[in-house]
Amino acid sequence: MDTVISSASAHETELERAVMNPLRHTTRWFWMAIGVLAALVVLLLVVLIRQWVLGLGVTGLGRPVYWGIYITNFVFFIGISHAGTLITAILRVTNAEWRRPITRVAEAITFFALILGAAQILLDLGRLDRVLNVVIFGRFQSPLLWDVTCITIYLLSSTLYLYLPMIPDLARLRDRMAPAAAQVGGATRSRLRNWRYHLYRIMSVGWHGSAEQHRRLERAISIMAVLIIPIAVSVHTVVSWIFGMMMQPMWHSTILGPYFVVGAIFSGIAMLFLFMTLIRKAWGLERWIGAKQYDYLGLLLLVMSVFWAYFTLSEYLTTGYGTLVHERHVLQAKLSGEYAPWFYAMLFLNFVVPFAVLIRRKGRTPAGTVIASAAIAVGMWIERFTIIAPTLTRPSLGYEKAVYTPSFTEIAITFGSLALFAMLFLLFFKLFPAISIWEVEEGEHIAAVKRKAEELMAQPGPAIVATSVAGGPAGVPAGVPAQPLRNME
Amino acid sequence: MPRWGMVIDLDKCFACQSCTAACRMENNTPPAGPDQTGDGRAILWNEVLAFVEGDYPKTQVLLVPRPCQQCDNPPCTYVCPVKATYKNEDGIVVVDYDRCIGCRMCAVACPYQVRYFNWHVPEWPPALRAHLNPDPEVAPRPKGVVEKCTFCIQRLRHAQEKAAAEGRPFDATDYQPACVQTCTGHARYFGDLDDPNSLVYDLSHSPRAFRLLEEMGTEPKVYYLKQG
Repeated sequence: MDTVISSASAHETELERAVMNPLRHTTRWFWMAIGVLAALVVLLLVVLIRQWVLGLGVTGLGRPVYWGIYITNFVFFIGISHAGTLITAILRVTNAEWRRPITRVAEAITFFALILGAAQILLDLGRLDRVLNVVIFGRFQSPLLWDVTCITIYLLSSTLYLYLPMIPDLARLRDRMAPAAAQVGGATRSRLRNWRYHLYRIMSVGWHGSAEQHRRLERAISIMAVLIIPIAVSVHTVVSWIFGMMMQPMWHSTILGPYFVVGAIFSGIAMLFLFMTLIRKAWGLERWIGAKQYDYLGLLLLVMSVFWAYFTLSEYLTTGYGTLVHERHVLQAKLSGEYAPWFYAMLFLNFVVPFAVLIRRKGRTPAGTVIASAAIAVGMWIERFTIIAPTLTRPSLGYEKAVYTPSFTEIAITFGSLALFAMLFLLFFKLFPAISIWEVEEGEHIAAVKRKAEELMAQPGPAIVATSVAGGPAGVPAGVPAQPLRNME
Repeated sequence: MPRWGMVIDLDKCFACQSCTAACRMENNTPPAGPDQTGDGRAILWNEVLAFVEGDYPKTQVLLVPRPCQQCDNPPCTYVCPVKATYKNEDGIVVVDYDRCIGCRMCAVACPYQVRYFNWHVPEWPPALRAHLNPDPEVAPRPKGVVEKCTFCIQRLRHAQEKAAAEGRPFDATDYQPACVQTCTGHARYFGDLDDPNSLVYDLSHSPRAFRLLEEMGTEPKVYYLKQG
């Protein structure tokens, strides 16, 4: 189903054409992908309803393992949400030009990851029907309230931070997709079919690209960029504190806050790689999401991998060197007990694979980073799981060692949630451009001006020679670039 | 206000588990069945824990009845997001079953794992259902909420009401939880830990007295007298 495009006045750049192509045409492959994902989402809904009716007994949870897969998923999704903040906020604040083609994908990941993360907590509640009690009776002494507050603030800020930079692009789509009736004048074409035009029109809130509007927008985005960094740091810190504040062995660790933030940025970049490569391939955006993005972001991912490994070493070495009995039991569960395969897989996937791939420049390519990122995505999920389960299976009282076997319901909900995440992401980019067109154009403009300035600075002597002073051939029109001095002599 | 506490003499306890059974009958906890119990779903406000060390024939077994420790510094109450669980004016940690959202953070926070969660809609076989305690304070809890030992707070309320009705002051010996009343070995004692004339005061100051996980600073009000 193609949208009516006003072809008369449109002169599209290659960037515009490439970015708007998926908004205009939908391939068979897209619907097949959506079909597969939708099937998983339907499975998710079915098991979810069953869990709602029968109670959380359909999971593999049991005393003392009161938290399991759902909380793992929660921490995982909230962790991924740090993709957007790192790329768009920190790289914007540090003026890293190479961020421009990937900001939109990053911000979209953050938005949907937060929604899915919040959903995981909601479906873990024994009494979801009473969730408003958290608002009515919420008390700030509880780390869960810190979570609710920070995640809500982060969700609202991320929505704004996704929306604001989209406004100029939405205006452009509005202009490009104006219905033919408006051009012809007086034709009675049904406007209902052009719901997309109306969507863009409303969402672009009267943007017409004036200098004043640009100034205001840049200001708003800059403020958001600076504000959202501490908000994002606070989010994953308080998520870590729902474990860190409790006196359970290997949870009550002072390092947990920074550890989780590093892990979040780490897994966020990995997810960004996976989805940006997917979009790049599927939407044909190879020209703009290019070698530079993969090289620099790959270096960042490598740095985060080393950072993560450093924190992990610190945590485990400190615990292992000490003789605290309860902590040693949990450590043994991870090093030599039933959680050992998970633990060593985590080390391999989070450090060995990324380091081996990304340390070489040849590894920082779409193929290499996808391998590293897929490993990290799995590895970081395992990391969250091995933080939660081993501790709960070895309570301090020490009279039992519990076993936690996740049930089909929990596995179905995990994969269903991932499918929902991917599906929402794909549908989003069927409606909105995957690359921030105006930001890339702005970047190209800045680059061109810089190049020009460098060119002119490289010339010896007074660089700018007006044609009349140089005494060039008569009749040379104004605006012709000045001849280099040597040609004058 | 009396500071209600319990002392359990591990020399006298021979783990008959009458206390566990009495607690169930008094407080209407649902039976889970063997399969669900294997999955950790049993709801036993009072449980007898077996600490086993070594291999046969040199095994050392310590059997410890474990109600809620009713800590004076309860880590579970700090983490509840909606204040559905709190230490009331009697010093007893209670749960508001109508407010609990079932997040289970309190259950995870408790170092003694004394908290239980209703994983399903609770069910009773007909024989037990006919003998449910009709007291509204212990009406069966719905699915999805956390529950735990309350030192039979309904008995405290009844004792206070009875004393008021009879026009006499309430005395700490007027009330004891079901487990203490039932204990076959007379191993459990209950009373006001702050009253220098009470038995629990003497026993809790005994050289044999210890508390579980004392180093955690939770200040439990259940004392144990060392075995042997």
